[in-house]
Amino acid sequence: MTAAPARADSAVELPTAVTRRSSLDLVLRARELGIVLALAALVAVTAISNPRFLSGQSIRDILLGTAILAVLAVGQAVVVITRNIDLSVGSVLGLSAFTVGTLLRDNPGLPVVVALLIGAAVGGACGAVNGVLVRYGNVPALVVTLGTLYVVRGITYFWAGGQQINADELPAGFLDFGNATFLGIPYLVLIALLVLVITGVVLRNYRLGRELYAMGSSPQAARLAGISVGRRTIGAFGVSGALAGLAGVLFAARFGTIDAAAGTGYELNVVAAVVVGGVAVFGGSGSVWGAALGALLLTTIGSSLAVLEINQFWQQAIVGGLILLAIGADRLVAARVAASLKKRGSHVS
Amino acid sequence: MPTEAPVLRVRAVSKSFGAVAAVQGVSFDLYGGEAHALVGENGAGKSTIVKMLAGVHRPDAGTLELDGVPIELNTPADAKAAGIAVIYQEPTLFPDLSVAENIAMGRQPLGRFKTIDRTAMIEQAEQLFTRLGVSIEPSRPARGLSIADQQLVEIAKALSADARVVVMDEPTAALTGVEVERLFAVARSLRDHGAALVFISHRFEEVTALCERVTIMRDGRHVSTDLVSEVSVDEMVRRMVGRELGALFPKQEVTPGAVVLSVAGLTRDPVFVDVSFEVRAGEIVALAGLVGSGRSEVVQSIFGVDPRDAGTVTVAGKTLKPASPRAAMAAGVALVPEDRRQQGLVMELSIERNVTLPRSRALSQLGFLTGSNERRSAKEWTQRLKTKYGRLQDEVGTLSGGNQQKVVLAKWLATAPKVLIVDEPTRGIDVGTKAEVHRLMSSLAAEGVAVLMVSSELPEVLGMADRVLVMREGRLVAELDRERATEESVMFAAMGQEATV
Repeated sequence: MTAAPARADSAVELPTAVTRRSSLDLVLRARELGIVLALAALVAVTAISNPRFLSGQSIRDILLGTAILAVLAVGQAVVVITRNIDLSVGSVLGLSAFTVGTLLRDNPGLPVVVALLIGAAVGGACGAVNGVLVRYGNVPALVVTLGTLYVVRGITYFWAGGQQINADELPAGFLDFGNATFLGIPYLVLIALLVLVITGVVLRNYRLGRELYAMGSSPQAARLAGISVGRRTIGAFGVSGALAGLAGVLFAARFGTIDAAAGTGYELNVVAAVVVGGVAVFGGSGSVWGAALGALLLTTIGSSLAVLEINQFWQQAIVGGLILLAIGADRLVAARVAASLKKRGSHVS
Repeated sequence: MPTEAPVLRVRAVSKSFGAVAAVQGVSFDLYGGEAHALVGENGAGKSTIVKMLAGVHRPDAGTLELDGVPIELNTPADAKAAGIAVIYQEPTLFPDLSVAENIAMGRQPLGRFKTIDRTAMIEQAEQLFTRLGVSIEPSRPARGLSIADQQLVEIAKALSADARVVVMDEPTAALTGVEVERLFAVARSLRDHGAALVFISHRFEEVTALCERVTIMRDGRHVSTDLVSEVSVDEMVRRMVGRELGALFPKQEVTPGAVVLSVAGLTRDPVFVDVSFEVRAGEIVALAGLVGSGRSEVVQSIFGVDPRDAGTVTVAGKTLKPASPRAAMAAGVALVPEDRRQQGLVMELSIERNVTLPRSRALSQLGFLTGSNERRSAKEWTQRLKTKYGRLQDEVGTLSGGNQQKVVLAKWLATAPKVLIVDEPTRGIDVGTKAEVHRLMSSLAAEGVAVLMVSSELPEVLGMADRVLVMREGRLVAELDRERATEESVMFAAMGQEATV
């Protein structure tokens, strides 16, 4: 090799590089840490005011609620990371819940696993439609999924025709699944954790996952780097849809009562959880862990307001404030990081 | 000098966009261990060639041969797989991902269960940077890197892919002197390792400093390929511009009147600095220079679209308020912008709406726009400009490029301007319409309008202008009257070479 001689200063540079790396990591971690602290403070204040908040039943309720929201938030995070958004998840949840509910009412012998798979398949199909429309229609995801939000909900209303599936019509085995625990942890929570870990690892440690970040970071560069952007877009929407479908089955198992309005308005909670959890709406950064933490925080706020006997209407104002706070904090951190990166500057000058 | 067979042969490739033939039957060979310069005027087709090599555009005709085997590059992934790496003027990195990840994207080293081995990935990046002799931290995000560093990351990417052909499209345009030297050192080491380099630049001193061979293009055609040592800079410039000046330009002789537009000390650091000139009634003044020399920015600042740091603009004795297009319009200035789709027209609106847009106030009665007023005015001007359209109510987007340009002109001419500023008035339109636009500009000048024209097309500049102002890197470097303005003298001034012809 007759490469240009290595710069003497590159060896000197290395130790500082290591400390810089960790400090930068710290800034990025600060986001998750902030949510954990907020959560701890919230739980402490609520528990002091009313110790019943820490009772087994109360915690179980929070965890079950979080499980459904977190599954949706993980799917949403995958889509948002690619610089898209999926507003149809609430409607997809409703369609899946109603489909699975109807099937179980008519075939009580259907195993729970099959029900979960059917729900995911229904959702996955809806998600694939979203993805195909975004990819080939060349229409922003916001518009496409706003459309499918209404279309899917309309289909569910048309199909249900005002009827409702009640808990006594569903097989006992399925309702048990919604309440049963394994080693003290509800199945719903276990499923949510499984989804979270698998998605988290794929996004962080596999080429496929990194390509999703790359697409969100710079769609043009992704295309030039030879990433099949179209296929990945459809895939991301497919995952989001499948997880919304899965969440629909969890919803049915938890509540037992399903009508055509199931999951109405969930999409905004989901997007809020993802944004509060630090997934950048312009794509390319954030993690599903953050999104899941966001889901936990939002669910906990909901229950603690009830316990503190604060009017439920305040919940919306508080969630809104949190979103603004989260986005404000993001801008601040981004500006700081950008400034510090600039200052390090070019090695040439 | 390498004597073996070429790594990549470009054979008789052609590419057209609509009616515009961007590249026609261009052939040249690239050899390993050699830097090959591709030079030509703006619009000569260099970028189209680059995009064909990058797999972004497919040639309409002709082939690319890698080691004597014809290859098809249908996507950027194909080009990457064939060992062709392209470094664009504005690098295309992922700002949110780490430098190491940017380099390794799609080829990340894998560990157990096919997971990405981050330690190996960062080591790989460190090794590449050591080999290139630069110190960029592999684990920092790409966001915030200087353009020079981003290009070095792109080069590391090319190295890691074992690219055999590295194409650099005007890499030095945004770099400082030190950064250029650093880039050249890296490029030379790349070349010495056997890569075939394609280097595009407007600066001849860089071509002679780095390259062994030079291919000259003009109007989408291949002119010549020579060893750099065997052709002088003067000869290169002559070949780049040398073409017949047709009788296309119906310039009427006009005796200039009083000064209408006067620009003094106009500055917006660092885009343009201390620009001063005057345009008289009946005069056509061309602002020439390379793309990026600041011409469009100057006229946008005159019109008030862009702000300015210092300087004054006076129209017919009245000083214009800076950064106010409204004030400029009121004083009788009209700007036909460079990009008509983005800046000149509202594509979704009808033809008549577009024509009457700047005068919607004058044409309205009691604050309401009446259809009949609009239609009458639109009809008058589109007919005068011989615009071809179906109905005045059709969307502007449905017209051809040339007719769209006429609608933009009609829109501003209807305001009866004292000063008409046109930015690239004939870009992307056919020869016939071009001539009509030129005739129109000439007759407007004869009516006493002061015309300021920005153009990258030298024949147009020389054929239409009474005076040519040449800009280079944000400064006005030459003022040539009609007699002294030749293709050579304008090009030499625009590129910063001494005129020796």
